[in-house]
Amino acid sequence: MEVFLEAFPALGSAFSQILQPMVLGYLVLGVMMGLCVGVFPGLGGIAGLSLLLPFMFGMDPILGLALMIGMVAVVPTSDTFASVLMGIPGSSASQATVLDGFPMAKKGMAARALSAAFSSSLFGGLVGAAFLTLFILVARPIVLLFKSPELLMVSVFGLSMVGILAGRIAIKGIVAAGLGLLIGTIGEGPFNGELRMSSYDYPYLTDGLKLVIVGLGIFAIPEIVALLRQDKAISERSALGSGWTEGVKDWWAHRWLSMRCSIIGVIVGVIPGLGGSVVDWIAYGHAVQTSKDKSGFGKGDVRGIIGPESSNNAKEGGGLVPTLLFGIPGSGSMAVFIGALALLGTGIDVGPSLLENNLDFTYSIVWLLALANVVGTILCIALSGTISKLTNIRFALLAPFIFMIIAFAAFQSGQNLMDLVALFTIGFLGILMRRFDWSRPAFLIGFVLSTPVENYSNNANQIAGIRFRDSFEAGMGYVFSPIVIILLIITLVSVVVGLRQAKNILAEGDVPSGGKRAPLIFLLVVMGFILYALINTATIPDYAAVDRVFPVFVASVSLAGTIILLIQMMISKESHVLFADRENGSEANSNVHGLWPTLAWFAFLLILTSLIGFILALAIFLVAFLRIRASLEWLTTIMYAAAGILFMCFMAWTLNRDFPPGVLQSFVTLPWPFT
Amino acid sequence: MKRRTSAYSIIAAGLFALGTTASASAMDLAGKTVEWVIPFSETGGSAKWANFFAPLLSEALPGNPAVVVKFMPGAGSTKGANWFQQQKNGDGTLLFGSSGSTQFPYLLGDPRVRYEYNDWNPVMASGTGGVAYLNASAGAKYDGSANNLKDMTYIYGNQGATRLDLVPALAWKMLGMKVEHVMGIKGRGDGRKMFESGEATIDYQTSSSYLKGSAGMVKDGKAVAMMSWGALDGDGNIVRDPTFPDMPTFKEVCEKTDGCETSGEAWDAWKAFFVAGFPSQKLAFLPNGTSQDVIDMYVAAFDKIKGRSDFAEISKKRLGKYPVFTGAAAKTALGKATQVPDSAKTFVVGWLKDEFGVQLKK
Repeated sequence: MEVFLEAFPALGSAFSQILQPMVLGYLVLGVMMGLCVGVFPGLGGIAGLSLLLPFMFGMDPILGLALMIGMVAVVPTSDTFASVLMGIPGSSASQATVLDGFPMAKKGMAARALSAAFSSSLFGGLVGAAFLTLFILVARPIVLLFKSPELLMVSVFGLSMVGILAGRIAIKGIVAAGLGLLIGTIGEGPFNGELRMSSYDYPYLTDGLKLVIVGLGIFAIPEIVALLRQDKAISERSALGSGWTEGVKDWWAHRWLSMRCSIIGVIVGVIPGLGGSVVDWIAYGHAVQTSKDKSGFGKGDVRGIIGPESSNNAKEGGGLVPTLLFGIPGSGSMAVFIGALALLGTGIDVGPSLLENNLDFTYSIVWLLALANVVGTILCIALSGTISKLTNIRFALLAPFIFMIIAFAAFQSGQNLMDLVALFTIGFLGILMRRFDWSRPAFLIGFVLSTPVENYSNNANQIAGIRFRDSFEAGMGYVFSPIVIILLIITLVSVVVGLRQAKNILAEGDVPSGGKRAPLIFLLVVMGFILYALINTATIPDYAAVDRVFPVFVASVSLAGTIILLIQMMISKESHVLFADRENGSEANSNVHGLWPTLAWFAFLLILTSLIGFILALAIFLVAFLRIRASLEWLTTIMYAAAGILFMCFMAWTLNRDFPPGVLQSFVTLPWPFT
Repeated sequence: MKRRTSAYSIIAAGLFALGTTASASAMDLAGKTVEWVIPFSETGGSAKWANFFAPLLSEALPGNPAVVVKFMPGAGSTKGANWFQQQKNGDGTLLFGSSGSTQFPYLLGDPRVRYEYNDWNPVMASGTGGVAYLNASAGAKYDGSANNLKDMTYIYGNQGATRLDLVPALAWKMLGMKVEHVMGIKGRGDGRKMFESGEATIDYQTSSSYLKGSAGMVKDGKAVAMMSWGALDGDGNIVRDPTFPDMPTFKEVCEKTDGCETSGEAWDAWKAFFVAGFPSQKLAFLPNGTSQDVIDMYVAAFDKIKGRSDFAEISKKRLGKYPVFTGAAAKTALGKATQVPDSAKTFVVGWLKDEFGVQLKK
């Protein structure tokens, strides 16, 4: 109790620090800057914070802090725009929001979906801060309880969400997750640095693929292509009024769900090492499992938005615990945040001593975050009516610009032309998975959790081995701690319940069946890749056996899954759901354009970029696309294209980035931005 | 006609004058942007290091150019270093920062390395130190030598066999301690958390992280400081680390421990990698072919930063109480960091293969 009594004066002093006009002014400034970065998919907090860093040196600490926190806090709120309106996960925090948010936008309820999302974000942020105010005092020993076996179990629990999102055929979902896990192991092995499915001759893959690229590729590209082929607006009917009051009412009706998901967000956010990238999936799973009527999920159930959105802002608060108390950044933006704290010259060291010496400072951070959430949400709600009108615009006018921003965002992760190739390749995989009703969320969860599951299982295994050599009790005590047992039970329940419900939750919508050939060919290609992964990793020599175990295990399980699917396909009729194929049925009939011509446009941009560099290629692409595909007048074409190019240059200039160069640039030296 | 010619000549003279000012003001970067490329992500220690110096450098360089830090992560920094090797714009608008993680693959003959330190022009170097510590039960048996520590098995959270963790790993090996390395730790902060939660029983931190995060555990009796890696004196001898004057160095502990030698190939190898990884950990370079004028301008600028009255104060937190070398001293630091006797290399490569199964030569 004593610790809590100490907290009140610190809390008071924190509030007197942050409730000053200057501080609030900087906070609003930070929020607005964050909003500018955050509404564009893929440009998360790291880019924004890096933008601020040069100004940090020598700034008044509390003002600098307000500016930075404003920026970080608003990103998980503002990225909802892209998730809901375009079906593009704006950042890892809003992947699950896509599942129900985008279908709602398609039904013309974009404003309602957005305001439900923002209300939940706001509430989540505030609950997170309130919970954290008390929890941070006792968090340290609790965080220390999470050793490798516990961290492994949390990762496995996250993985078990695949069960709910597996789709109509469970094995397909499991293979999809396996595929994600395998793609996550590409690159250097964590133990011996042995290469998996890559080679030093193609250095790009040795670092593995980045989440931004896989996330944008697997969700965004398929949606863009699908919408382009239909050649109409995102929203199937024009938006119904502004709709935002309804969204708030939706949130109020599910306030307890929102509360529970906020708590989930804080708690998972507190656990170091997971970076909170699974929080939204866990919250989504929780929303599904606790709902009586599950039939609407994946088709635009507002609860599927409220759950993840309540959790992802609360997570930011939770993520402060490992960052501030242990000096372990919970995410990339938190790492930059620590760096910036030092630049501010606060004289305050992030780490174990923070709570004892600077509790008021810690509280300032927690509540600045909460306040930034409030400001950010108000701004977002104010904007949502206008921005959601985007869904009424003919998509052919929107698509080239969305693609431009996604390509730019993808390019930020490795600053390599190969980023665009990877985006395109993963995008193509995403298109096929969408077409044949393979769960893309399951794939993404697998990819996200690949590294933590592999690392923690290796670590836990190794340490357990040493403990068991000490004594059997020591080993058992280490492996089967109470937390592990509780998580194990929750996971088992969630898998069993999840698989039973999976048939109702159509993450990919309702996909008709018919025609054996195409689904079979796709299965064989997937099988081929898994076989390749198996052979490639199984031949890692014995001295690096640890780098071999995990991919070989995953590949074997996935291969078994594909074999079962193959057998089922042989004995089933072609009307069986196994042969789901979107090229049949209503969606296919409404397609105006073919798949290949649409894809060819993007391939055209890619190839042109490799020849003459991104900006020149983009200019040609925009003009050609708007003129030919969207059939605009020459004047409007040129104006739109010029606006796009100018915008891109402005973004790159403020973020201090270059564009991918092509072959041309290796012969001729061109001035920026053509370099 | 005549008039025209004179007009031309005026313009020509003007252009000429402009030309000369341009060449004379190679020493002035006004209006230009200096890119400081860091081959790591925004989140690492090198990012903090460069972000600390960037605004100071902008102030100190003639003409106060904007200094922006650019990140080019990939392949454990070899991607950025390979890129820098290809750069030729030696006009003072490009600066590169390397760290121990760039030096080690170079020393170990990593197949990805396509850069050559000797081509580059070092203008500044700064270093750090490191401290190893034990958990309380092992610490109770510690008497300044490792003689009583040999019958236990220790667990250490290791970031990777070829990373900076190579230095503590080899030191413990030389002392005859049985250490199990748990691999794939994301950063030393995670390693410390493993130690605190009891999963790991031995740990090491660089000086500033030790002071921030681990010294408290030592004070509370939850951990016992074992040794520092030491520091280099002017003649290249290992002496006590000025940040930890009361702590024995690894050299002292080794001398007192049976079976540990402070000469011979193991010792030479350890010392070589310690020097590359700690006292000359971070270096700033201008590219190959930069003119001496530009190099001098940068050396002068870093000297100016070092000479700031508040430098000791503001750098203590970021860099620790370690010297910042400029000019010739930076060159010496680079020499120490990148010239390792072949026998030492062979020894480390062989040891990494035996102990961790890491094969470096193709």
